[in-house]
Amino acid sequence: MTIMRKITMTAISSVMMASSVFAADGLVDQIRKPTFDALNGKTVVFVPMSMSFDLPEGWAAVMQREADKHGYKLDIRDANWSTDTGTRAITQAITEKPDIIIVQNFDVASYARTLKRAQDQGIKVIQVNMGSSYQTDAFVGADWYGIGKHAANRMLEVCGKSKGKSGKIAIVEGPATAAASVYQLNGISETLRGTDDIMIVSSQTADWDQSKARGITQTVIQQHPDLCGIIGFWDVMDAGTGAAILESKKDIYLITSGGGNKTACQGIENNVFSEVVSYDAKGQGRDINSAISILLQSKSLAGDQKFALYSPNKIITKSNLTADSCWDLDKLKETNK
Amino acid sequence: MTDNTKINMKLETEVTSKQRFVIKQELIVALAAVGLFAVFSFTLNNFFSAGNLVTLVRNVSVLGMLSLGMAVVVIGRGVDLSLVAMMAVSLTVSIVLANKGYSFPVALLIGLIFVVLVATIMGFLIAYIEIPAIFATLAVSAIIYGLGRGVIADLDVNNIPNDLDWFVFLGRGSILSIPVSIWIFGFTALFVYLFLQKTGLGRFIYALGDNPETARITGIPVRPMIIIQYILSGLMAFLAGMVTAASVASMNMRIINSTVIYDVLLVVILGGIGLSGGRGGVRNVLVGTALIGLLLNAMTIMDISYTTQNLIKSAVLLLALIIDALLNPRDEQTAQQGDI
Repeated sequence: MTIMRKITMTAISSVMMASSVFAADGLVDQIRKPTFDALNGKTVVFVPMSMSFDLPEGWAAVMQREADKHGYKLDIRDANWSTDTGTRAITQAITEKPDIIIVQNFDVASYARTLKRAQDQGIKVIQVNMGSSYQTDAFVGADWYGIGKHAANRMLEVCGKSKGKSGKIAIVEGPATAAASVYQLNGISETLRGTDDIMIVSSQTADWDQSKARGITQTVIQQHPDLCGIIGFWDVMDAGTGAAILESKKDIYLITSGGGNKTACQGIENNVFSEVVSYDAKGQGRDINSAISILLQSKSLAGDQKFALYSPNKIITKSNLTADSCWDLDKLKETNK
Repeated sequence: MTDNTKINMKLETEVTSKQRFVIKQELIVALAAVGLFAVFSFTLNNFFSAGNLVTLVRNVSVLGMLSLGMAVVVIGRGVDLSLVAMMAVSLTVSIVLANKGYSFPVALLIGLIFVVLVATIMGFLIAYIEIPAIFATLAVSAIIYGLGRGVIADLDVNNIPNDLDWFVFLGRGSILSIPVSIWIFGFTALFVYLFLQKTGLGRFIYALGDNPETARITGIPVRPMIIIQYILSGLMAFLAGMVTAASVASMNMRIINSTVIYDVLLVVILGGIGLSGGRGGVRNVLVGTALIGLLLNAMTIMDISYTTQNLIKSAVLLLALIIDALLNPRDEQTAQQGDI
């Protein structure tokens, strides 16, 4: 009886499998061709702050792969750490009428008018990681406000007076008008509002520069020997912050954030950082590709829709550090060759 | 009174008036520094503590070293705007090579050779082709920055390999509870002082800064001396770069785009080393560095915003220049030569 049943079941299922194979053979993916057609032959201009550090290099490597696959052109115009050069690059790009312009803003103000002009000319604009106060078609990047909240909460946890600590923390900012600084500060101050568990004894900008970060941190530690924690705004800059802490031989909790290149993990390993909030630049590259794909397929006009793809945060500490916690820029670029 | 003694007396009065000029400007800045120091000591908690004063000096030791290099060139009636680029790119050369597997001392040596080579070419352009120093050094600065960004390295921040404890010691270690970087700054200051005051070459630099034509007639090899000046400032840049790289375990080429080179010029000019050449010395650099260091330290302690800090720094400098201009009105000589 059971044997009979088994045989019947096998027979039935093999018939079903065979029929599904037949069906797959005849069925065409209807949306594949229009999608590929929408992307093929298009032009995307990318204006990064500078093609000289892990974030834009990582994004560009991931974007290039997708561009090659779908046959659209990725044109990189380096702003080389100058808002003037960047504005000129965008203005020049507008006259060439590409399909999409992607920008990484230095601050929330400088590019605003130029980006509006691009959209008025019918060019869709994606902003990456560092947004402008002017909203364009898409934003892809870190959730600065959320990172600020996370860092502040961590400080409450690690350094709060109620935890028996001094409650004194310092903040090492980027340039005061950069999106990363503005929104992160927002998140920090809103989290700490109304609590006297934590006191911010210093909040200075180190201008994304390690040496400056180190100098400031040394002075602050000297001034407040019972400093308990520091929130830094970028891991590359905070290599200097961490160096000053190591030198002071004090136990100060340094939380910072960055694109998650291998230098971040090395920092955790060498005790330069206590915690890194990685917004995973490699993953952001994929998000940018998605945004490009969506905007190129969409029939809507520039400025019609506004959406954001916030990068998921990955918290890296010594206790959860693994070999693949970070990505490796050299290897990423290598795979493109 | 014979003609000879008359001439001698005239020479003497000239010398003393010149000396007074130097002392005056230096004195103003020194007084400003002492005044600020007193005010901060009374108003800021923990300002007047051994720890903070050590931090203060250490934070300006790199600026001080660069200024020493600039001072040598300015005394010889030149200017070296390539200092910061030299510092950043030469160390980047070393770090990139080290990361490619060269042993670090060898990599440093190659960085050093790079500096000497570039400085020699730059000095040659200025001394023999007679390109004004301000343009030659600016051009060289741009060229080596381009080399650094385009050819030597892909990224502008390059980290030194792990486990270079002896090197990191230069930036983070202490000897007799004074940081090594302060020792290095101190020894370089002493070296430059001895070089300028006690050696023939040093005196030649004053001579050629004071009056190149006379120096040439007197038989001083003016052109080779100019090249030596730039090599010296290049070496200072390399040393400052080593201390910077050691302290943050990396070198950041973005520093070339920053205002550091202007800070260096300000230290030199503020300290009282006239751009017309032939005047000043190590003491002026120390005074200028001290004033800048005091300002930076106090403003960080007071938690003043970056923009306001720049405003205050510029205002103090402008004030010093105004006082200097009032006390030392333009004379015929400066009118003829101009300030640069």
